[in-house]
Amino acid sequence: MVEGLDADLVADAPDPIVLAGAPIIAAIKAAGVEYILSVPDIVTSRGLLRPIANDPAFKLIRVCKEDECIGIACGLSYCNKRALALIQHTGFLDSINAIRGVAVEYGQPICMMIGLLQHDPYTAPRNSPRYGVRIVEPILDAMGIPHHLINEDADVARIRPAIDDAYANSHPVALLVGRRPS
Amino acid sequence: MMKRDACFRILARHVTDEVVVATYSSAVDWLAQGERTLNYFSIGAMGLDSSHALGLALGRPDRRIICLQGDGSFLMNLGCLVTIAAAAPKNLVHFVVQNGTYEANGGHPIPNTGADFATMARAAGYAHVYDFADLANFEQQAAHVVHQQGPVFATLHVERGGPLTYDYPKLYDAARRAALKKELGRR
Repeated sequence: MVEGLDADLVADAPDPIVLAGAPIIAAIKAAGVEYILSVPDIVTSRGLLRPIANDPAFKLIRVCKEDECIGIACGLSYCNKRALALIQHTGFLDSINAIRGVAVEYGQPICMMIGLLQHDPYTAPRNSPRYGVRIVEPILDAMGIPHHLINEDADVARIRPAIDDAYANSHPVALLVGRRPS
Repeated sequence: MMKRDACFRILARHVTDEVVVATYSSAVDWLAQGERTLNYFSIGAMGLDSSHALGLALGRPDRRIICLQGDGSFLMNLGCLVTIAAAAPKNLVHFVVQNGTYEANGGHPIPNTGADFATMARAAGYAHVYDFADLANFEQQAAHVVHQQGPVFATLHVERGGPLTYDYPKLYDAARRAALKKELGRR
């Protein structure tokens, strides 16, 4: 348990299904991602952002607002550097115009790992009682952005191919994290 | 008070293999200085020029990156001042062209035309900060500003410009992006 300033102030709800953080991080590394661009998100805070912050294999750029991630990732992609925006779905919603312009209209490989805040992981995101969660997948569909739900350990295998495909074919991709990685 | 195109003519004398990131009126006036592969105009969303510049600066630490950002764009992404200062890329030079006007969107004023951007940059933690309102002074210091170890910030106080033609299809041409990517991907 992490304590003090590094402790998450929101406790995990008991959940019999496990989504381990370490294999997700391993998949991100295996995909060649060097830069993590992030505004903290409570879904991914403990299981992903905290270990990533302490992992010398990654360069973590903490940004003030999620749309910065889109521009930074684009600049990095021009230099053949891979990045992952680790953000919350509220930040995704706030960044729609940047994603529209940079990722979709210019066809840039912007990879986003999006925590679904307050999502019930036993419900499909598009059926979530939370309006903000319910609209995420339909918005991605409307924008033509491929997306994958990372909700349990078996889903982790989708991460590397999704990132590889985004860079190989220069398009955005969204990886939706449905429950808190341990 | 200076004129933007006059500032850029001076700047162009000191730019060789630097990547220049610019948008809207700054992109139009910079392009008038001459075509070059290392111009980066495809920002995609107002305000993100400085973020693109940061990505380039991190991705190619061996190259200098110059961002020419208008004050309207700057205000849309103020947080990036803090992000850039924290990332501290030594190869990034961030100019903000302050004319107090959303020039490409009808010439309306920015919320506070007297805002002190240089003080903001200094407080955010940029390594070096400048504030130019006199062309002769800028001409004298431009080479130093462009080649100094960054992150460097400089406000250029300019008059509102005359009408410009915004040829966005040309600025944002996919072939331009592909050529830049090819050039930057080459080591």
